[in-house]
Parts: sequence; structure tokens; C-alpha cells
Amino acid sequence: MYAYDEIDRTLVNERVSEFRDQVQRRLSGELTEDEFKSLRLMNGVYLQLHAYMLRVAIPYGTLSSAQLRKLAHVARRYDRGYGHFTTRQNIQYNWIKLAELPDALADLASVGIHGMQTSGNCIRNITTDQWAGVAPGEIQDPRIWAEILRQYSTLHPEFSFLPRKFKIAITASEHDRAAIKIHDIGLRILKNDKGETGFEVLVGGGLGRTPFIAKTIKPFVSHRDILSYVEAILRVYNQYGRRDNIYKARIKILVHELGIEKFAQEVEDEWVQMRDGILALDDAVVADIRSRFTYPDYQRLSDDPDQLNKAKASDPRFAMWLGNSVAPHRVPGYAIVTLSLKPVGAPPGDATAEQMDVIADLADKYSFGEIRVGHEQNLALPNVARKDLPALWRALDKIGVATPNVNLVTDIIACPGLDYCSLANARSIPIAQELTRRFADPELAALIGKLHINISGCINACGHHHVGHIGILGVEKNNEEFYQITIGGRADEKAEMGTLIGPAVPFAEVADVIEDIVEAYLALRTRPDETFVETVKRLGVTPFKERVYATR
Amino acid sequence: MTSPLQQKIKITGPSIVTANRTSDGAVIYRTGNGWSARIADAAVVRNADDARALLAEAVADDVGAVGAYIAPVDVIEGKIEPGNLREHIRSEGVTIPLLPVTA
Repeated sequence: MYAYDEIDRTLVNERVSEFRDQVQRRLSGELTEDEFKSLRLMNGVYLQLHAYMLRVAIPYGTLSSAQLRKLAHVARRYDRGYGHFTTRQNIQYNWIKLAELPDALADLASVGIHGMQTSGNCIRNITTDQWAGVAPGEIQDPRIWAEILRQYSTLHPEFSFLPRKFKIAITASEHDRAAIKIHDIGLRILKNDKGETGFEVLVGGGLGRTPFIAKTIKPFVSHRDILSYVEAILRVYNQYGRRDNIYKARIKILVHELGIEKFAQEVEDEWVQMRDGILALDDAVVADIRSRFTYPDYQRLSDDPDQLNKAKASDPRFAMWLGNSVAPHRVPGYAIVTLSLKPVGAPPGDATAEQMDVIADLADKYSFGEIRVGHEQNLALPNVARKDLPALWRALDKIGVATPNVNLVTDIIACPGLDYCSLANARSIPIAQELTRRFADPELAALIGKLHINISGCINACGHHHVGHIGILGVEKNNEEFYQITIGGRADEKAEMGTLIGPAVPFAEVADVIEDIVEAYLALRTRPDETFVETVKRLGVTPFKERVYATR
Repeated sequence: MTSPLQQKIKITGPSIVTANRTSDGAVIYRTGNGWSARIADAAVVRNADDARALLAEAVADDVGAVGAYIAPVDVIEGKIEPGNLREHIRSEGVTIPLLPVTA
């Protein structure tokens, strides 16, 4: 965990006071909605179909148990008893009253959390691998760099009114769990030939109306220079990014239109003027930030404790969960446990206040008080002793967050869709719910293997449908909900956009179509461990298209 | 931001004016003399001039309501029904259970 200092606390508290005054002036009529809108958006407050929505940042996906309890409190006290974890390591509350928002934000501020950088054309919440700091083989903890970027970017005067929103993600592992290639800037921590640690910098990724995979702009930038290099990119974007057309305002369009070589040259020209200036990071600054991250006092424990082996042998449900939801830890004797927020029939990513409270207690008991939030809309306990796994599983199972479906067909990523969102054209959640029912049998899901389904209710792509192994995009045709299906996308280190298989299908047929695609895959794969995306890569979309449209 | 009154108003059937209440964001409907949370109370207009006038009244109340716009409805045997799925969801609420299923 990172310990906030007095500057952080003051900043968050001052923002709450400022917003309280703005809300009062809006409610009294002193501020018009046009004047107020940008102010509320700077605090993560949107107006959705039925109510105001509050989006709260969870920087680099790390929460303390006290913070999670406070999120539960806000859900219970100010909302309808639940929250929705998003694809950008945020949580959203769907039913907050404007008049109560300042109190909700004050409660959140008491544990150092807020809605800043969750909306508006600023640098948004910096995201990273939810296994940061505990993943085996990780080069270093990327949260240190996410925190440096957070401190740099929060309320940055030059970059608070960019042409459009700006998202940065960081990974330090070979396997990219942070989806860096679909971000405006993606940072991959690596070592160069000399053994020095630095960053591969990627730029211009993004989904939405015009999707692009990020391109490498510089294969190696040293630690010392990373802030100045990021700033050089932001300056070039701020100067040349389009402000006349919202659909062409993201950096991905600028990179595409200029070409990566020309864009890189512009950045280089900017960078040489400033790289030795105030943004050069000396070792003392980095060490200071690093020192404010506290790590658990791990014990020397067995990786193969008796309690675990006995439970595995005696309880097949536990054994299945262990094989699916528990990952190796960098410290022997410990494990990373993913908590599935995708039970059969439920909205993906939702958690009740009761679940959050119990998870906070379990984090205290079994995970040194720490919880992680992943972009796949699941939670994780990052520091669980392997001997405690049977007891933890029983407790998680009791509250419905131990469905053994992580990375499987029912681990669906979905945006709120037309049930909540004022931008959506079609519903996402009912599609996800129906699919989880169709594939509810854990044996079937295990047979199918790794398969990510991503659903978005509109082209803005909050459900990351372009990079789903199967992507589902809701569109409206003649006042009816239709869905375009893509296959073969992926969001990891081999990120790729999916390919459209054919005409959109109506709401009622989507689950049948997905079943057809999965059945085709099972028949076409050459061996059980050839994953869905590998089969699509090998064969292309044609056999799947033929299967889906043969009878439609 | 372009005011809804500056946009071209095209009416193809019975329509109402709806918005969100400023204090809590709840869905509200413009009546003949104010706002109501019930679509049944909404004033129904059937031509562009009446729609513009009703919208102008709604927009004028910037303190009470946010984001007023014209929405289609069906009037069946005198009963006002939302004219599309979006308005149906706004009127009736989400189409899914509010809380996740727990074991």
C-alpha cells in the first residue's frame, strides 16, 4: 500500500469543500447546468439515464480494507447497496443524489479516495497490472511509476484541458494484464541490453469509434527520463490534437494521421529541449516514492501445505476453484486469489455493500489488508498464504465471489449498457446474464478453456469489445437492439482487433450465435489446449461465419 | 453547448418533453404547468410548434431540471407509453435485477 502524505490529504479535502460549494450554488440556481457540468465532471459526476453517476478512482487498482469498507458504506448510505467495478480500475455508483454527493465524497476523502481524474479531458486514473508487486517474474513494481505519474498528473494545469481524455497504463510483466496496447500511452517496464531498467513507450492505442493498437514510439526510455518523455508526448498532442471534432480528438487519430515516424520526431524535438530540466527524476525522488509503499511481512511458508492438499483431495469444488482462480505468487507459500464478480445470472463487475464488507474483512484476515481491482472487472486478494486457501474459499463461496470462471467463457467484461448509460444504444448486461446461464456448467466452461467475451452497448467501447476473443457491440436499427459480433481480438501483449463475422443479429439471437461460435471452435480446434483465439488465428473467421449464418 | 431549442425539431408522432431532476437526477416529465415523475402526467404534443413551446418552458427551468429533450410516445386508449426502449427503461427502470445473485 502507498501511504498518502499531508499534501495528498489536503488536496483531496480541499476538493471536497470546493465541490460542496459548487453543488450548493447549482442547487440554488446561482450556477447554470452549463456552468456546473464541467465542474461536476472534474469530480467524476455524470448524469445518466435515471440518476447521477459517481465514478471513483482506484489508483493502480490497489485498495486497503479500510478503503473497500468505505466504498461499501457509500453504496449503502448514498446509493442502492451496490457498486460497479469498471474496465479502468474505477468503481461507479449509479443512483447518487446530487445534494448528497458532497457528503459521499467527504466520506471517501476520509480514506484518501476521490473522483478526480475519472472524467473530463485530463490525464485519467493511471492503471496497471492488478498483480503488481506480487506477480512472479515481474521486473519491478509498476505501481511506483503509476504513483509518480499520478502525482505528476493530478490537477496538472497544462494538461487539464487536453483535446480529449488521456489514458495511461503500465505493466512490468511479460504477460500484459493491464491492456497497455489499447491506451493513449502504454508503458512496459523492461531491462535493456546493459541490464538497465527503463520503459518501452507505446502511443496511440485506443478503442471507440476508430480503434487502433498502440505503436512503439521509443523502445527504451530510462527511468530518469520517463516523466519528461511522457510530457513531450502530451505537449505534442496538446498542440496538434484536434479540438474541432470530438471524434478525431484522441491522440490515436493524431498518431495515425501524422504517422508514427513523424509523430516520434515531433516528440523527440520537444523532448531534447526539456529532458534535463525539472522533470528529470533523480534516484532520491524515486526512492522516496518507493519508501512510501509498504509491503507485507511475509513468513517462510510451505508452497505445499497439508491443509491445502487435504482440501484439494476431499472437495472437488475447492479443487476446481484452486485450479482456476488461484495464481502463483512471487513469494513461496503465498498465492494471488482472484475473486470472480461474474456469478451466473449477475451483472458483470457488480458487488454489493455486504460483499465488499466481507471481502474487506477477509483481506484483513488473509491478505495483509489489501485488495486489488482488475480491468477484467474482478477483484483480487494479492497476498494469501496457501495454507489459508481452503478457509478463504469457504468464506468467498458463501458470499458468491468464488465462481471458478476466471478467464473462462462466463468471465464476461460488460459495460453498463442501455440499462444505465445515456450514451448506449443497446443493453449489455442482459446479454451477459443470458450467456452466463447458457455456459453455467463449470465442466463445459473448463472444456472450452480460455475465452474472453466482451460486450459494449455502443461504439464508445467501454466493454472493450474490439479486443474480446468474442466481441459483442450493441447497435440500434429501426428502434430495435442489434449486435455486431467480432472474433479473434485480444487485449494482452499480442493485442489485436477482432474481425467482424457478418451482419448484426437481433437481441434474442445473440446467445444462440455465441453458442454456435463456441461449438464451431470445439469442432475445429486441433487439440484441447489450442485456445479459441489461436484457432481463429489459424483458420480466420470464415468457418465461424459459415456456421453462424448457414441457418440465419 | 448547443441549446436544444437551437436544434431542428422534427415530430413524427405524439411526443413529450422529459429531463432529469437537478437535485437527484430522477427522470421527470413536463406537464402543463410543471414537472411530474409519472409519464402518465406528461403533456403530449403533436406538432413541432407545440413541441418547441413545451421544450422552451422546460429549458427555462434550469434550476429544477437538466437536459430536457423531446421524446416519442405512443398514446394507446388515452394511456401514454414510452415510444422506444431507451424511454421505456427511463420510465420503468433497469431491465435487470438490481443486486447480483449471491449464493
